[in-house]
Formats: sequence, C-alpha cells, structure tokens
Amino acid sequence: MTTTLQKTPEPFDLKSELQEHQLPLWVPKAIVAGAAVVGVLLAVSGAVSIAQAVLIGWALTWALPIASRVVEGGRKASDRTVTLLVSSAFGLALIPLGSILWLVISRGGPQLSAEFFTYSMRNVVGEGGGIYHALVGTLLITAAATIISVPIGLFTAIYLVEYGDGNRLSRSITFLVDVMTGIPSIVAGLFAYALFVIFFGEGIRLGIGGAVALAVLMVPIVVRACEEMLKLVPNELREAAFALGVPKWRTVVKVVLPTAISGIVTGVTLAIARVIGETAPLLIIAGLTDSVNFNLFSERMTTLPVFTYFSVKFPGVPPEASIDRGWGAALVLIIIVMLLNLVARAVSYFFSPKGER
Amino acid sequence: MAKSIDVSDLNIYYGDFLAVEGVNITIPQKSVTAFIGPSGCGKSTFLRSLNRMHEVIKGAHVDGKVLVDGNDLYGADMDPVNVRRMIGMVFQRPNPFPTMSIYDNVLAGQKLNSKKMKKSEADTTVERALRQAGLWAEVKDRLDRPGSGLSGGQQQRLCIARAVAVQPEILLMDEPCSALDPISTSVIEDLIHELKTEYTIVIVTHNMQQAARVSDDTAFFNLAGVGQPGKLVESGRTEKIFSNPDNPATEAYIQGRFG
Amino acid sequence: MSSTTEREKEAPRPVRRPGDRIFEALSTSAGILILLTLLGVAVFLTLEGLPGITASADEIGGKTGGKGFFAYVWPLVFGTVWAAFIALIIAVPVAIGVALYISHYAPRRLSSTLGYVIDLLAAVPSVVYGLWGLLFLSRELAPFYQWLADTFGFIPFFAGNPSGGVSANSILTASLVLAVMVLPIITAICREIFLQTPRLHEEAALALGATRWEMVRLAVFPYARSGIVSASMLGLGRALGETMAVAMVLSASGVVTFNLIGSTNPSTIAANIALQFPEAFGTFTNVLIATGLVLFVITFAANFAARAIVERRKDFSGAN
Repeated sequence: MTTTLQKTPEPFDLKSELQEHQLPLWVPKAIVAGAAVVGVLLAVSGAVSIAQAVLIGWALTWALPIASRVVEGGRKASDRTVTLLVSSAFGLALIPLGSILWLVISRGGPQLSAEFFTYSMRNVVGEGGGIYHALVGTLLITAAATIISVPIGLFTAIYLVEYGDGNRLSRSITFLVDVMTGIPSIVAGLFAYALFVIFFGEGIRLGIGGAVALAVLMVPIVVRACEEMLKLVPNELREAAFALGVPKWRTVVKVVLPTAISGIVTGVTLAIARVIGETAPLLIIAGLTDSVNFNLFSERMTTLPVFTYFSVKFPGVPPEASIDRGWGAALVLIIIVMLLNLVARAVSYFFSPKGER
Repeated sequence: MAKSIDVSDLNIYYGDFLAVEGVNITIPQKSVTAFIGPSGCGKSTFLRSLNRMHEVIKGAHVDGKVLVDGNDLYGADMDPVNVRRMIGMVFQRPNPFPTMSIYDNVLAGQKLNSKKMKKSEADTTVERALRQAGLWAEVKDRLDRPGSGLSGGQQQRLCIARAVAVQPEILLMDEPCSALDPISTSVIEDLIHELKTEYTIVIVTHNMQQAARVSDDTAFFNLAGVGQPGKLVESGRTEKIFSNPDNPATEAYIQGRFG
Repeated sequence: MSSTTEREKEAPRPVRRPGDRIFEALSTSAGILILLTLLGVAVFLTLEGLPGITASADEIGGKTGGKGFFAYVWPLVFGTVWAAFIALIIAVPVAIGVALYISHYAPRRLSSTLGYVIDLLAAVPSVVYGLWGLLFLSRELAPFYQWLADTFGFIPFFAGNPSGGVSANSILTASLVLAVMVLPIITAICREIFLQTPRLHEEAALALGATRWEMVRLAVFPYARSGIVSASMLGLGRALGETMAVAMVLSASGVVTFNLIGSTNPSTIAANIALQFPEAFGTFTNVLIATGLVLFVITFAANFAARAIVERRKDFSGAN
C-alpha cells in the first residue's frame, strides 16, 4: 500500500478542487452594486417612479441566483436564492418604517410652531389652533394610568416572585396576566365605560375613565417586566440579608428592589410608551373636546392620538388645515414615544448595578 | 459574648421529606467546629437550621430542640429574624450587595434595619469589623467603592466583616473557601483562628485538610443511601476524629475511600 | 381539620413581624386585584352587553339595519377574522425572513441594532399607522389594485367593483396595514427562538458540508416550528383586536364578501365600535358593548391557543 501511495500519478490539487464550480468572491457584490446603480439612475432620471425603480433594481439582483445555478449547481443556487429572499424580507420591512417616518416628519414638521403647542382648538375654525389641550390630556391621563398601574403591577410581581412560590393563586395570576396582555385595547375602553356607567349613568365621558382603561392595558406589561427583573436578582443577596437578621419585607424593599430598579424603570417606561399612543379606549371613554381640561374627574378630555384621529378622519371643510394639524400631532406623538424608548434604553444602560456580573 | 449550642433530637424536613435525622450535638463556645461529610449528607442543611435560615425554603421545618444558652431557637415566641441577628452566617459564594459601597456593605445589617447611628459610631463599627476580617489595610482608602469591585477573596472577607459588624454571638460558615483560590483560602483560615477568640464558629467544609487545620472539634455526617436522611455519625475533638475515629465509616471517609 | 392541627403542633406558626404581615398582605391583594379586574372586565361587559344581545330587531333595528344582535354581529366577526387572516398570510413569511436575516444572515455585530430598527415598527402608535394607511398607502396602492383587477379579475378575490373600478380603501389595504403592525411582534419572538437554536446542531449541520440554507432547514426550523406557530397566533390576537388602523383605512359597509379590492367591505368588530360608539346612545350602546364581548372571546381563544402550543411543546424544544 505504501508503495502505491508514493507514486501517485498526478498530485491531488486541493486548491483547484475547492475553488472549482465557485463564483469568484467579487461576483455577488458586483451584481448587487450594479442593480443598485441601475435603480438609482432610473429613479434620478425620472423615467420611472421610485417604487418602480426599486422593483427593477430588486429584479436585477436575481441575476445572482441564476448565475449561481449555471456555475455552481443547484444546492449553492438555492442557498443564494434564500439569502436573497431573506435579505429582501428585511428590506421590505424597512419600507413602511422609512415611509412612515419620512411622511410624518415631512408633513408634520412644518406644523410645529409656538402656537401649535400653546393653543387649544377652542373657537378655531379653519387654520390655526394647536394641540395644547391634547398634550395636557395625554400627560394627565397617562400619568394617572401610571400611578394606578405601577403599584398594582409592582406589588403583584413582588407577590409572584417573593411570596407566591408557584402556589395555586400565583399560577392563576400568571395565567390571567397572560390573558390580560391579549385584551384588545378597545375592549379595555368598553370595560372602563361599562364600569363608569354604573356610577355616572349613560353617555359618561371622563379623563379618569381613560386612565382606568390604559391601566388595564399597562398592568400586565408592568407585571411581566417587574417579574423578570425581580427574578434576575440573585437569591444569594436575599439570603445574605436574611442572615444579617433583616426581615423579609425590608429585604425586598432595600435589597431586591434597589438591585432591580433600573430594569423596573426601563420596563415601566416602555409600558408608558406602549399605552401613550393608544387611541381606541380613549375615544370611547375620554371622548373629544376642543378645550383645555385639567380635571380628570369631570368632562371630556382630548388626548393626542384621539385628536389626530378626528383631525384626519373628520377634517371638516376645507380639510387641509385639519389634516395638517393631524400630521403635526402624529409627529409630536411619535417624538414622545421615541423619547420614552430612548430614556428606557438609557436607564437600563447607565443605571444597572455597579460592577454587575 | 460567644455562646455554646446544644442540639437535641433534631429532625429537619423539606415538606414531607426528612433530610436530616436525629442530630444530638453540643457545640462548645469560642472554638471552631467543623462539619464534614460527603455531598448531600445534610451538613449544610443542618448548619442552616442553626440560625433558621433553612426556613427560607418553602415547606422546610424542624422538630427537636436547638438551645443557645438555654433558649430554644425554635420556641413558640422566637422570632427567626432575631435568631439570625444573634447567629451570623457566611455563604459559599461571596455575596456583597452590588448596589452598596464597601462601607455600606459592612454596615448593611444596621442600614437595612434602618438603625440610627451616629457617623462616628458607624465609622468605628466599620473599622472594627474590617480589621476583624483582616481587610482594613486593603480597603481603607476606597470605602466608597462598590463592594463587587473587590477580588473573590476580598469579597468573602467583606462578607465576614458584614457578618461580624452586627456583633453576633455565633458565626456559621457554609464552605466559605470553596469558591476561592488557595492563597485567599489560607488568609481566611488564619482569620478563622483569630475570630474564634471572640466568636463560636461553625464551619462546613468539603476539604478535610481544612477541617483538620482550622477546627477544634469535628462532626462527621453521612447518609445511608439515596433518599435516606442524613445522620450525624460521629463527633468529637478533631485530633481524635482524624487519628482514631470510633466509626469505620468515618475512618473510610477520612482516608479518602469514598465521598 | 385534624391534620392541620397536628401540623401546627409539629411546626408552630412562626412569629411574624407586623411589617412582614402588612407587606405580604399588600402584595397579595395587588395580585388578587388583578383577578378581580379581569373578572370585572368579563362581568361588566356581560352586564352592559346583555341588554344588547337580548334586544329585539325592532328595538335596535334603526342602527343595525333592521337586524337583531346575531345577524348584526356575524358579518363583523367574519370581517374581523378575515382581515386578521389576510394580514397574517402576508406578515408571517416576511417576519420569518426578517427574523432569519437578523439571527443568521446579518453580520453578527449588526444584528442587535437591526433588531432595534424592527422594534421601532412596534413603537409607532396605531393611529399613526391609520394616518399612513389612509393618506399614503391606499393612494399608492390604487394603480396596483387596478392592475390586479384587470389581470386577475377572474379570481373572485380580485374582482373589484361590479362597475369595473377598484377601491383603495378596501380590506386588502387594511390587512396590509395590519400586517405591518403585527410584523414586529412576530419577528421579535421568531428572532429569539432562532437565536436559541443549539449551536451544536448548527455546527453539526455545517460540518457535514451543508450550505447555510440547508443548515437553517435542518437545524433551525425543526427546532423553532412550534415557536413560529405560537408567534403567529400572538400576532393574530393583536390583528384581531387592532382598532384604529382599520377604522381609519377601511370604508366598510358590513357585508360578507371575499372580494379584497372592492368598495363594499366587511367591517371588523373593533373598527365598528370605534366608528359607532362616539355617536351611540340607548340600547345600541349595549349592542356595541356586546360585540366587544364577542371580540374579547375571539382574541382570548387565539391567545389561549398560542399559549397552549407553547406549553405543549416546551418540554420538547426548549423554546418558548
């Protein structure tokens, strides 16, 4: 055997064996770049619309899987096809995001002025007026919802993690929190209405009702976030406190909560960001008014999303000014939501416990 | 200040499961008593029952008596929180509070109980505890730094300082060196020698050389088989247990034939 | 009873501090409050909805087009399920693609950033989606719908109007907006699951000479299948309950039809409530609340199915 090995007729060429039937590395990049250039040129030339240019550019990238099938064979070609499909899916998902942000900024941006932020819609017909009353309503109702839901959510999470220990009550709470997560927002609004009707009679519209509806939506998010964070606190810290003769409640308040606080703040902020854009429940229970209302417990209260909805859906005649205000309000709403998200991320980034493992 | 512990007919349960059965032992004051034995024999469970820490686990309970200076720790009017103030504990893995500075970690027992202290009094307590834990020289310039920034061995000594800062009578140590390197281990062993002049110390260890080095008395725990409760097989002066044990199982374990 | 007393003798109730008792009572009551709230949702909706369900057609006919409750709610149920179903058909493949791109195709150091970008879609308030659908998407889609009707008009889905035209504010537009809205939800869950695929399985597939796609097909998909299903069900739950986008985009007339691009469209329960409630009074309010109860039951069923699938498969896949 060894002798035959020694006189191998032609040396096995590993390099060419591995490189044969393989598109050179530059080919995929070249095809993608070429397709992009063609698309951009078409769009710039104005011969076709932007949407058509994107579509044409995308169609051209299919040259890659086709070339691959010719040169590399079926398996490689389907691999490249899937890569193209998957990347296209991601690109496709970016289109609505880009178009929404672009539209809201370009249409809403010009609306932002001192008057827009400081005037209500009282006695405004046609142009002018602003979102002051809606800003006030949004802040008050969301703040009230937060005040209602954070204690309930936090204490429930404390019960689940520190006291429940998988007993029957804690299992059913976990299940019902899951159910609550799935409550459609409009149903939460109907619930608040059905609750307040009993005390105040038919046709009731109250800011606090909106807060109750939002709290129903917020509580499960807060419970989940807090529960996750409390579970992350190592048990060793609780034991260390117990061993120092610290009662359980002080351990929870002074060791567990401070350790988890940045995560809890992040979770609550994200929950606020989720509900601050809610429209449907507030449409039902908080209603719409053109005036500023600072009292959660009497009369209707406009919020930004409801204001946006009515401005656009029922703009009146002529519609332009109202629709423009709708875009402006939408921009303000998006800015608030994005800021809340940024704050949440910043909190979790900067304020997690020092020297965390 | 230090006190002795008398345990009689102690059974420890997790729910319905009997984990440790029929322990009778006297732990003398101002000395070091080591618990040794194979994994799962109940020595840590027994240690935790000495300051009612095992009750933290749901369903855990005991019957029998644990007397400290004649007071039954499990008496009807005993508050487990007060028991733990009297009997401190150091854990297997160093667990300083990550949100607190070194200074606050040492004072954690007082601070977490919102005990009012004058600044000078607090400073004295911190210095005394850190000196007792042999950590003062290393950290006195950075008391406001987070405790989790220290090395493993330093963290464990910080935990010892935290435990002695509340001036307990007894100090329980649950494998305090098993997560540490040999040098840190030897520092802690020296520390145990110094601490026993003031405290009654009970230490659980897997390491028989360590038991032989640090302890005055040794108790050997074993279990008859899987699912059986752990039992105290034999206890006595460390020299006797290691040189001439009464029970063949003890001898086999000490000579490294099992466990 | 006798066994409890025995127990108590065995292990006397430990001494409890007042602080501990108060704190435990507080947290327990917070948990119980959640039980009560959910019970309250069911009870109050039923209480206020019942008069609507039992009302005769004469009583509420003025608002429901002469129909009784069940005749009124049926086209809405159909519209709700149909719109959510179409949205899901569009969203799920894209969501899987996006999740796969983020977890297995994009450069590793970019993947968490790309995840954030997609999460931004979830942060956009629904009223803004409505605005976008009403004032932008429907207008952009109109020529495409015309082309669909001209080319595929023989398929009932794309029949368009009987007169030959199409409507841009049709159920397909509403479903497209819904699809965009549920996309980030499904993507986020799928991404998590794809990332949890055991590394060893993936490396084993690659070591056997599999291409990346074969690795995904052999190692990732089998592992993630139940997760994808439950993610889709959660997306379905969201799409069923989504209100504003549909209310703003869809021009509804309460019919039952499979035509996707015509001018007569089924409405959805949620959108119908949003549109009718501000002006509603009397028994019709109760009718709308009753439809809300129906919606609650439908979404509950969808979410429940999703959880059940996760629970059932958890032991096998390790993913949830």
